Order: sequence, then structure tokens, then C-alpha cells
Amino acid sequence: MQTELSRRELSWVIGGPQGGGINASAEIYAKALMRGGLHVFANIEFHSNIMGKHSYYRVSAAPVPIRSHVDDIHMLVALDLETLFGDAIERKHYPSHQGHVHRVAPGGGVVYDADLKIEIDRFGRDDIQFYPVPYLEVLDQALQRLGKGGQSRKYIVMRNIVALGASVGLIGYDEELLLDAIRDSFKGRKAEAAEMNVLAVQAAAEYARSQFVKRPERQIQALPVPQRKARILIKGVQAVGIAKLKAGLGLQTYYPISPATDESVYVESKGPSYQCTVVQCEDEIASINMAVGAAHMGIRAATSTAGPGFALMPEGVGFAAITEAPGPVIFLWQRGGPSTGLPTRTEQADLQFALHPAPGDFPHIVVASGDIDEAFADSFESFNWADRYQVPVIVLLEKFLASSLYTADRPDMSRLRIDRGMLYQPAAPDKDGYRRHALTADGISPRSLPGTAGGIFSTTSDEHDPQGHITEGIDNRIAMMRKRMAKLETAGKEIPTPFKFKLHGPASADLTLVGWGTTKGAILDAMSEIEAQGRSVNFLQIRMMRPFPAADVSQILGAARTVVLIEGNFSGQLGALVREHTGRDMAHRVLKYDGRPFSRNEIVEGVQTAISERKKEVMVSHA
Amino acid sequence: MPEAATAPRKFTLGEYKTDVHVDWCPGCGDFGILSSIQQAFFQLQLPPHRVALISGIGCSGKTPHYVDTYGLHTLHGRALPVATGAKLANHQLTVMALGGDGDGYGIGAGYFLNSGRRNLDITYVVYNNGVYGLTKGQASPTLRKGLKTKSMPEASIQEGINPIAVALGAGYTWIGRGYALDVKHLVSLITQAITHKGTSFLDVYQTCPVYNDLRTKEWYAGEDIGHSRLRRLDAEADWDPVVHDPANKDEIVQKKVRALAASYDNDDRLAVGVYYKIDLPTYDDQLAGKIPALKEHPLIDLPLYERDVEPLFKELE
Repeated sequence: MQTELSRRELSWVIGGPQGGGINASAEIYAKALMRGGLHVFANIEFHSNIMGKHSYYRVSAAPVPIRSHVDDIHMLVALDLETLFGDAIERKHYPSHQGHVHRVAPGGGVVYDADLKIEIDRFGRDDIQFYPVPYLEVLDQALQRLGKGGQSRKYIVMRNIVALGASVGLIGYDEELLLDAIRDSFKGRKAEAAEMNVLAVQAAAEYARSQFVKRPERQIQALPVPQRKARILIKGVQAVGIAKLKAGLGLQTYYPISPATDESVYVESKGPSYQCTVVQCEDEIASINMAVGAAHMGIRAATSTAGPGFALMPEGVGFAAITEAPGPVIFLWQRGGPSTGLPTRTEQADLQFALHPAPGDFPHIVVASGDIDEAFADSFESFNWADRYQVPVIVLLEKFLASSLYTADRPDMSRLRIDRGMLYQPAAPDKDGYRRHALTADGISPRSLPGTAGGIFSTTSDEHDPQGHITEGIDNRIAMMRKRMAKLETAGKEIPTPFKFKLHGPASADLTLVGWGTTKGAILDAMSEIEAQGRSVNFLQIRMMRPFPAADVSQILGAARTVVLIEGNFSGQLGALVREHTGRDMAHRVLKYDGRPFSRNEIVEGVQTAISERKKEVMVSHA
Repeated sequence: MPEAATAPRKFTLGEYKTDVHVDWCPGCGDFGILSSIQQAFFQLQLPPHRVALISGIGCSGKTPHYVDTYGLHTLHGRALPVATGAKLANHQLTVMALGGDGDGYGIGAGYFLNSGRRNLDITYVVYNNGVYGLTKGQASPTLRKGLKTKSMPEASIQEGINPIAVALGAGYTWIGRGYALDVKHLVSLITQAITHKGTSFLDVYQTCPVYNDLRTKEWYAGEDIGHSRLRRLDAEADWDPVVHDPANKDEIVQKKVRALAASYDNDDRLAVGVYYKIDLPTYDDQLAGKIPALKEHPLIDLPLYERDVEPLFKELE
């Protein structure tokens, strides 16, 4: 069923060996689209490998908002054979994919290297266009203009730019915008390369236009200049990094792990100019404990990791909780599990782990972001919660968000407020019996900043009295458990609704979809397709996993007619959480656990199958 | 009142003590270390609110409750990472990490090693008694092969580690060893360790009268051999642990080899004192190289909450 988005979007995919320049091509292309006023959504799929294995970058663009990708490809750009044929030729057993040509939509096009000398009959696709471009020959034409003719082998790394230029020539996009984006990406030390790349794009686009009469059906144009809105093109790791700096982050600790490292490296690269310290630790146990130490001393501290790294952090989470440290904030970038699992792929399977990370009963906050805006807001606000409630906070994120590119508006900074929570002001600098863990009704005890006279305290991971000294006394134990857990209730009352859940679409609908995290984009975009089929639909996005908005969720689900849960994991972890808090079971669920993000088509098909075939569970995997 | 007119207040020894009941066993070597720490702070006149004591888990881990400074009694083996985070947040505090030998050389070995690489200006004191006392006397990483304390069902069949040797390899810039029951000497060592710019590592032989019936007060005193088993390095005229020219690799190697040899000396002449000292740029100095404001102010006092992130968005246009 067609919608405005599905009629107008153009799905462009470039594939090639890791290290072959697909990132550069795709990101330059995405920037050129954004600067033409278009909405862009782009995501990369790659292996846990440094060089050589197949990776591909999908850039989807439309003149209307786009937050997801579709299965269809309108323009496929191949840097190698594997992009065309998959790895079945090399791998006799368990080939991992069949190439991308079968996903090219009727009327679509395939740009590939003419030197590969492929008989296109092999594909059995007379409904799509094949565009053999002799990458090196075209590159040589460009080099000739710089007096470097005959050196194309030396500059073979620029094949990606030739392929990009040819594809852009064929889809009819404004070449000048592309050239500007190239000049921008080769600045400073690399400025010399800019001109060479510009010439390569021009030569390739020219070649494609002159050699091939028939264009791909789907074309895309920049908006007229006055309609172009200034936006940014941003990845999840950048949104989180910027929000942290804005929030006053003092120390970030990390141990290298995919897909979290990029965020720490981003913060580190900006660190010195923002007076922020980033420490690469010896392991994740050091990461969390260093952050707890820093938080206790009064600065805002964070650590960033993925599931396997978080698996080393539990004791630090419990330690922070029982000593009522103001933080740290843990940024948990989920990837495919269990264990080492799928290091560079996406999944939503650490929800229950994030909810139960350590022994004993203790308060902590878990929030899940679904897109760039939420990742920014959550990353900022989580430090306020850490200070205000003196609890560890976990921000649940995904690989899919980490490395995906979104066009976005700048976040609204005017509403951001730093809240450092209740600080203890000593009446006199001498001993005054300060109680770090004073019993209070809302559970929050004013904290003193170490270094301050009159605020001296010791605290411990053992159960302790209000002064922080060890005790195993019964009355104290009960009071302390209640005091700490009361903070969860306090947080639940104070944290505003948009951080807890969002109901997208009409308040009442034939169909209610329930999900969390980055499935949000595909679900929102799929909703208009589902509506086009004549069903009204809304979407309950759950954001706050702890403290859980049980009453609201229960009320919404109680009023819903048909409910379909959508999650990127095997067991339906959000479903279990909803059941735990509301006693409500959801009639259908659509699950995906192949390590790849949901496409819009998978959402539509999964929901349709679940309802029309009355299936309790549907697994989708179109990749 | 103008600052200059106020004579700096002198802190009394009592101000470093809390009234929390000390629950170590009678005769425990920990008392000697606790007292030495308090006396060292007193001698240095460190304002109690400018000190953070950060301990691991075990009998030694309880020390911060007994010293009236800021204190974090953390997790088993994690005192060093917590202390590192604390120092990074406020490098103007005196930060001391404490723990037992099981805590530091067993479960916390990775942090013992890697903290040596950083050379943050902190002090690490290890209470080394050869056993896990609080869990009732199992062998710790320093218990020698073939030894069997009274609480062990069998003698140990794995070798004990040499913490001084590990510290030399890890890059600690001040390495010393003391004895819990020689408080006067220990106070001097702790004072030197704190004063040293960089990470100081002090291993302290400590007696556990309940579970280690081999390394007793009498054993260290050498009652069975007629002379003390402890050899004071500072009493030896030719002992100079200091690297005088930190750019001279030969001198570094020579001083490390001598320290290493001393650490492997026989059980009837256990060396106590300063093994090694070198002045090298600290982690704090290097951070201040990147963030110049840290030269004057700790991170906690920098204007971190008024940052303009617009330039970062600009890059993404």
C-alpha cells in the first residue's frame, strides 16, 4: 500500500569490502541530500572485522520525514562481486547472504565495475537496469585533468567516489551539492585530495549520463533553495556525546567495545576543549568503579559500554546504589548477544539484564531512547536524575542508533536545566554529626561534597547506619532498605511523562502497537502504511523501564482493542516486564533476532500476519 | 578577618580518629597500620576534610571508618579504580587507597598492575598478612608454596607472588615496604609515600594472630634464629633507592635491579624501607597539559555546567 513516503523515498545502497570506502561515499552522499533539504535516514551493516569483509551502507532519503529503511533498493552501488552475488561462491557452508541484487525494486538500477565482466543474464532480472561503469578508466579520465593520467592504479582507493558519482548522475540529484559535500569532507591536511575527488565525481556522472540512456525509474531532487531547512546530520553516538557535554560531564570511563567505543572516542576528541576527562580503563570493572569514585567526589561521571562489558559492571552498580552515589550514568549500547554474540549487529536483548544487573534489592533508573531527540534528552536528563535521586542510571541504547545517521533539528536547549540535587551545607566547619544517609520520607539525603569542612563522611558497600558506618542491626536494616527504595517511588512521581512513555497516534485505535527503543522509527513509518490498509493504529512506546509507569501502561492496554508487541529480541523482554507490572498479556508479538534492524516492511508484514493469521508470535527476517 | 592574620589551625592527633568501635581481633597488626596512618596525617597536618581514604573489602577495608576523613569502603579489589576516579574528580585532595593482599594482588591484581602505569598522585597501602582473614584464613596470593597455616586443610601448592617485583614492572614511581608493628618506621614510610608526587606503593607486613600462625610477631622478631628477620634499608649506608636522573635509563635499570634483588632476599633478612623512587610526570600533570585550567583548579571546580555545544552541532550541518 502506497503512502506519500513510500512513493517519494529513494533507497540507495552501497556495498563493498570493509575498508573499501563505503562509509566515506555514503556519508558524503547523505550530507549532500540533507543540504538539499531532504530528510535522510542511513544505516550501516558491517562485520566484526578490520578489512575485507562485506559491509553495506543504506541511505534512504525523501522530501518528507523518514525514520526507517525499506527492503527495496532503488539504486544499488557495488564496489565488489560480493555485493552482487553474496558470499555463497566462497563459502560452501552457511553462506551469510545472497548479495543485494534480488532486493533491487523493479525499475531500479545497479552500478558496478565494468571490469568485473559480468554477464547480466546471470541475475535473471530484466526488470532492472544494469550500469557497468569502468571504474579505473573513468578515474583515469579524472586524473588526466590533473596531469596524472595513467596513474589510476595508484589511486584505486578512489573507486568508491567514482561509483558514487556515477550513481548520483543516474538518479538525477544535484551534482553541485555533492561536490560541496566532498570539499567539506576533505579539509585541512586532505584538501589536496578534494579536487581529485571532485573531478572523479564529475567524470563518473558524465560517463553515466552519456553512456546509459535509460535512467532508473526512481529519481530524487533537492528541494528549491527557499524550502531547504537547515538541519544537522547526526549519529546516535554524537547525540549522546553532545548531550553529555551539555550536561556537565566531568569524567567518562570506558573499555573499548563495539558498538560503544565510538561514543567515548567522540567525547574524548572534544574533551580537552570542554574540560572533560576521558579515561580508557583496563577493564569494565575499573570503568564503573572509577566512575563511582568520581561521582562520590561530586562530578558528573559516566561510563559507556555494550552488553558484554556491562556484564563486568554489576558489582559497581550495586556499590553505587547502596552507597547512594550520585550516579554514575551507564550508557548501555546493546548489540547482538549472548556472550560475544554479534559484536557489530543490533538487538534489544539487554532490557531484562539492565533491570536486574546486581545482587540484592536496590533502586536504579533505566530509560530507553528511541531516536536522536530522545537519546539527547535522556542523556542530558539522566545526570539530573543521578544527582537528584543518588542512584545509578542506565540509558539503554542500541547499535542501530549508535551508527545510524539521521537528519534532525537541533535539540531545544532552552528547556534544559541542570539539577544537582540536594547538597549539604554545613552550618559550621567543625564536626557537626553530619549523616550522609539521613533517613528522610522521600529517601533522599543531602549529600556533601568531599573536600568540604564539616561534611566529612565515610560510607560503605556494607549495610550501614545513617552516618555510613557498618551495622547489621535489624531496625536500621529495615529503615535503610525502605529509605533507598523510597527514592524509586519519588523518582516515579517526579519524572515527567514523556520520559516514561509516549502514545503516538490517536488515543483510541483498532490496533495498538507496543514497543521500545529504536524500533520506534520503523513503527512510526509503518503506521501510515497500516492506516492506508484501512485500520486505525496507535503506538505505545515505553521509555522508562524503571521506575515503570505501571498505572498508565495498564490503563492504555486495558482500553486497547488488539495489541501487538514488537521487539528486537527472542523472548519478548518488554512483554515480560509489562506482564510483571500490569498482569496484562499481549495478544500478539512480532519478534526479530537476526541481529539486523527492523525494516518498515517487516513491521507491516509482521503485524498483518499476526492479526490475519491469529498468530501469537511472528518472527520476521527479511535481511 | 584577612587570611594572613589567621594562624593556620593546628590539627590534633585526636582529630584523625573517630569514635567508631574498632572490631579487629586483639593483637591484630592492623592496629599498627591504622595508628601509623593517623600519625602520618597528623605529622603532615593534612586537614581531615581534604583527605579521602578509599579501601577494599576485608579487615583492612574497615580502616576508613576509624579515620575521621572522607572515606569510601568499596568493593573487594576495587579500591584503586575508585581512588583513581576520586582523584580525577578532585586532585587537590590527598587520596589514599588501602586493602589487603588478597584484595590487591588477587581479585584486584589487574588494578594493582594498571595503576602503576598511570602515576596518578595517590598512595596505595597494602596490608599483607598472607591470609584471607575475614573469611577465616584461606591462603592469600603472597603465601609461599609449601606453607600451611593452621586454618588450611592442606599446604599451598602454588607459589606466592612478589608484590615489590610486580610493582617495579608495573611502573610505580615510589615503592616501599614496612612492618605493621614498627609504627615509628611505618609513619615515616607513609609520610614519604604521601609526599611523593606520583603513585606510591607501600606493602606492609602485617600479622594476623588468629589465622596466620607462621608469620607471627615472634617470627618477624626472629626469636627462633636469634635476630630480627627484618632488615632496615635506611640503616645501610650504601642503599640509595632514588633515581637521580630520570632520563638515564641505565640508572633506572640499575636501581630497579637492586630493588628486585632486595625483594628476593632470604626470609631471614626481609628488607623494609624505600625500595625505589623516581620523579616522573604524573597523570595529573599530563591531564593539566590537555586541560590547562586543571593546573589551578580541580575538575570539580571548573565551569562544566555552562558549556556551549553549538560548535559541535555546527560541524554536523
